Amino acid sequence: MKKSVLLGTFAAAALVSGMASAATLDDVKARGELICGSNTGLTGFGAPDANGEYQGFDAALCKALAAAIFGDASKVKFVPTTGETRFTALASGEVDLLVRNSTWTYSRDNDLKFDFVAVNYYDGQGFMVKKDLGVSSAKELDGATVCIQTGTTTELNLADFFKANNITYTPVTVADDSEAQRQYVAGACDAYTTDASGLAASRATLADAENHIILPEIISKEPLGPVVRHGDNQWGDIVRWVYFSLVIAEEKGITKANIEEVASTSTDPEVRRLLGLEGEMGAMMGLDNNWAKNAIAANGNYGEIFEANIGTATPIGLARGLNALWTQGGLQYAPPVR
Amino acid sequence: MALATETPDTGFRLSMLIYDTRFRAITIQVIVLILFLLFLGWLVDNTIQNLAAKDKDINFSFLWNRAGYDIDQQLIPWNNDMTHGRAAIIGLLNTLVVAFFGCIFATIIGVVVGVLRLSKNWLVSRLMTVYVEAFRNVPLLLWIILVYVVFSEIRPAPKDFRITDEMAAAGTAPAAHMNLWDSVAITNRGSNIPAPLLDRPLGGFEVFDVPINFSVLATLAVIIASILANRAFLRRVRAVQEDTGIRPTTWWKSLLILFVPVSLLLWALGLHLEYPVLKGFNFQGGIAVAHSFTALLIALSLYTGAFIAEVVRAGILAISRGQTEAAFALGMRPNRTMSLIILPQALRVIIPPLISQFLNLTKNTSLGIAVSYLDLRGTLGGITLNQTGRELECMLLMMLIYLTISLIISSIMNYFNASVKLKER
Amino acid sequence: MSDTDSQTVFVRHQMLDPQLAPVTERGAVKWMRENLFSGTFNTILTLLGIGAVYYLVSASLPWLLNGVWNANSLSECRQIIADNGGTTGACWALIKARWHQFLFGFYPQDSYWRPVLAFGLLFVALAPVLYWNDRKGAIMVAVSGVLTVLAMIGLSSPGTVDLFTIVLMAALFALAWVMPKKLVLVTLVYPFVAFFLLWGGPIAGPISVLLGLAAAAWLVMALQPRIGSILATILAVVAVALLFLGPYPLTSLLSSALQTVTGWGLPAVNSDQFGGFLLAFVIGITSISFSLPIGVILALGRQSDMFLVKTLSVGFIEFIRGVPLITLLFTASLLLQYFLPPQTNFDLILRVIILATLFSAAYLAEVIRGGLAALPRGQYEASDALGLNYWQAQRLIIMPQALKISIPGIVSTFIGLFKDTTLVSFVGLLDPLRGVTTIVRADINWKGIYWEPYIFVGVIFFVICFGMSRYSMYLERKLKTDHR
Repeated sequence: MKKSVLLGTFAAAALVSGMASAATLDDVKARGELICGSNTGLTGFGAPDANGEYQGFDAALCKALAAAIFGDASKVKFVPTTGETRFTALASGEVDLLVRNSTWTYSRDNDLKFDFVAVNYYDGQGFMVKKDLGVSSAKELDGATVCIQTGTTTELNLADFFKANNITYTPVTVADDSEAQRQYVAGACDAYTTDASGLAASRATLADAENHIILPEIISKEPLGPVVRHGDNQWGDIVRWVYFSLVIAEEKGITKANIEEVASTSTDPEVRRLLGLEGEMGAMMGLDNNWAKNAIAANGNYGEIFEANIGTATPIGLARGLNALWTQGGLQYAPPVR
Repeated sequence: MALATETPDTGFRLSMLIYDTRFRAITIQVIVLILFLLFLGWLVDNTIQNLAAKDKDINFSFLWNRAGYDIDQQLIPWNNDMTHGRAAIIGLLNTLVVAFFGCIFATIIGVVVGVLRLSKNWLVSRLMTVYVEAFRNVPLLLWIILVYVVFSEIRPAPKDFRITDEMAAAGTAPAAHMNLWDSVAITNRGSNIPAPLLDRPLGGFEVFDVPINFSVLATLAVIIASILANRAFLRRVRAVQEDTGIRPTTWWKSLLILFVPVSLLLWALGLHLEYPVLKGFNFQGGIAVAHSFTALLIALSLYTGAFIAEVVRAGILAISRGQTEAAFALGMRPNRTMSLIILPQALRVIIPPLISQFLNLTKNTSLGIAVSYLDLRGTLGGITLNQTGRELECMLLMMLIYLTISLIISSIMNYFNASVKLKER
Repeated sequence: MSDTDSQTVFVRHQMLDPQLAPVTERGAVKWMRENLFSGTFNTILTLLGIGAVYYLVSASLPWLLNGVWNANSLSECRQIIADNGGTTGACWALIKARWHQFLFGFYPQDSYWRPVLAFGLLFVALAPVLYWNDRKGAIMVAVSGVLTVLAMIGLSSPGTVDLFTIVLMAALFALAWVMPKKLVLVTLVYPFVAFFLLWGGPIAGPISVLLGLAAAAWLVMALQPRIGSILATILAVVAVALLFLGPYPLTSLLSSALQTVTGWGLPAVNSDQFGGFLLAFVIGITSISFSLPIGVILALGRQSDMFLVKTLSVGFIEFIRGVPLITLLFTASLLLQYFLPPQTNFDLILRVIILATLFSAAYLAEVIRGGLAALPRGQYEASDALGLNYWQAQRLIIMPQALKISIPGIVSTFIGLFKDTTLVSFVGLLDPLRGVTTIVRADINWKGIYWEPYIFVGVIFFVICFGMSRYSMYLERKLKTDHR
């Protein structure tokens, strides 16, 4: 009994990480580390590699944020969250932000009291089927068995889509992407539905990718982006602008490789403001003046991150599509730094 | 005791609250009560503060909102326009149906294995030991996942059952065929079993969208009446036996009483079976059973069955060897000894641990999460919680429901236990 | 008679050699007849059994025999199997590539010796509990020492660490052999050592807490004769509370002072790097050891005459036993944030350990209640007759016996809890069964692999749990002879 008392006091003294204050930025700075809620493992977006180091499109944004705050991209800790625990983890302050392909919806924004500060990936829900099923449109899926991941917006969209088209289906709910893929490959369902990016990632890893097709219908809008808690606008602004800085960097042609060169030679006033060579932009957010420079130097600009993790050169092979810059017909558009 | 503690009346001193055994119990209880209330108050206060900080409230009205999601297995009608509350009820029913069949199968497996483990047959007793140890020492989660994979990986896809025109012309058989005389179709995505249908149903009505079927009610009534009639018949037979010493032949009369009325009724209603047929992507018709249900049921039954086997074995071993010897001395055969002498006595030892195994099984149905079985945790504590973000309400409600189920099961079983207990006078 | 004698043609003068029993009554045939085919029913059972065994073996043997150990990805595995002319085959290469994640999660690779040493020391700490004042304890220490060193060499830990471990284990063995009773000191210090080894950080923290608590214990001892045990305990608790939480947090002063003196520690390891069987053991062992005292208190509370204490204990036990563990784990991850003061926020692993502790405490309370009920009434009466008060009677007479009877039950509760640690994957922790497996399968090289990781993890679970259950059966037999 004595031992328990000792241990209890000890554990409490050792592990309770004190009281947090209202400003997330102050907490993060005091802690010396950014805590980022991530996926438990979605290839290309956020999954730990063999050394437990998180890699991926979403993970890179967290690293850029850590670089902007601390000037060191490695000062970030990834907390894996499931579809069911993610929002609670954020609400409770367990993580500072969520970057884990969460869809921006009305009720999540208002009822769950979160702020979606940006959209780092414009996605939509699609269907993948085997070629020999002989289906060319999702509307022909009447009576089909469909695999869906539970705890996501996809199951609601799916129900709505089939209802709107007056056709029926049998849902097979699965817990995560790898399980869904296994079921689909084993033939336990006719179609697998999730965000189109996820479908592409899954299809890329199939042994016989040419025998599977992604149907043309995109049945929903899935704007995926980083999420923060309501009420801390400063923190929300930081996350938003770190993301925008990556987009602007692509627009201005600033890459990881040439950033030092650009910083020393550029005469473009916006670039100079962005890289902290002119004005006191960083101080407005409570950051260092070369916040954006650090963020871009961490993993490169938006385009570089995209290509390195999920782009056409990777096994996942996603085209930019909607996520191209606005100048190239996409939706990625950042307000000016002024 | 009363005499010993009677102390001279010297008035009340404060120290007596600690050192006098008469008052100490009260002191301790008051302190415990105060501490408990303080703790409770602390929890409630924290909760209120946290809710205020998150700008939330405790509100169960979401239960009446549209759910909007689909559930692959339901006992009462469901579509995605119905409410979260109804989804919770469907989940609860799914939990209960797994628990109910699981308890039955686990008991059967447990009793058979427990008895066979004590069998003189070397091979069989060893095999049973291997089974029991393998299931007891590996996490249940693993078994659920493995059984599920066996179904979805090993069974053929529905399209393998199809007979195309070329195949019919060439006379080749399809890659897969249905089981049990073409009545059960087990594909890699679910099982379809024949469904009983009536030609001339009696109609029915609906209560809260739950159809109440007169045909089913009538059948149940007839079955119950037959059982009561059979009991009365057996009582009369016993009276005859006690009067005359001769027991009249009963078996065919009992069978008649039990089965003829219900068969007549079902014939009158036009009972027939609807068999599953391959139509479109999947088998249609019959009752569709999701593999998540089957896998969970099988894994739970096997896992709990292994524990029950140990309980049964311990119960049998607890019966003194003399009972068996006495039965043999009376000339009883081994299986009659087991069923008439040993098991009834062992039952008294077996029932208390059996109750806790049933409770464990019921609670373990929540592991359906591993195969996405939409039980209470899957609907109320899973999708509803996720879509509404009302974790406090959903979790509290779910725990309350589980607690209620557990308490009901244990009180029923305790009542049963009291009724079979050795009445000592 | 003589007539017959004269007519006798043949008289045997020597005994016949004993004949062999009929073929059905000896050797393998007899054994088979008696044990396998002793009746129609048994014969059917045997044939069914043989059929089942044949089915299982024929289904799994080719797969197991064609296993591939050296490959870098699943497709390479399949290629090798196809090249060898096999159709199915296991791809054990995955296990070879990722075994360390199944065992340790993402614990830093160069620090694997720390959990191994902590695990080895666990058995040293258990030795005096299991073999009180017995040289067998020393043997246990020796065995665990040798195995620890071997495991460390196998994990290619730094040479200095190996040397340190050898010296430490030899010293502990000497202690156990010469003064078996003193080994209990190791048990008392073990939690701090294990914490320090696993989580790292400056050594000053654990030492200062240890010193503070030792001071409190000394305070109780010193004050007890003068003001009685109740007041002394209360005073000591207040003193410790002041020490840690009061306006002058002595600990921080003490630890900073110590820090300057000792100034060294191990690199800190974050809880979220724990995973695999390491996590299962950390959760299982911590919870069971914390829950033991709570379980004792609850069991006593349930037996108490005081209505309120009894009601609260029963309420707690029945509540915890009435809900599935998974809802408690979700409580840890979703609800604890509502019940704790605003903005407190700590480790998910710690939260899970707290809930798992409460969970196993309720089950242990029932086990210990069984132990208490099994004690003859006379023990209680005898202690009353000796004039012992309640706590003295519990401490000296009742609990030692009740706990001893309960050991098998405690071990099986632990086995149950250890198996249930796999459920933590549902709240996002890296348990060996689902957590690590999911991560491994998210790797593009191993996507699509299914059976192998589950079989690997299942076998390890089986070995551990089976070993523990055998040990508990052995204990049960040993304890039985003591009583009858």
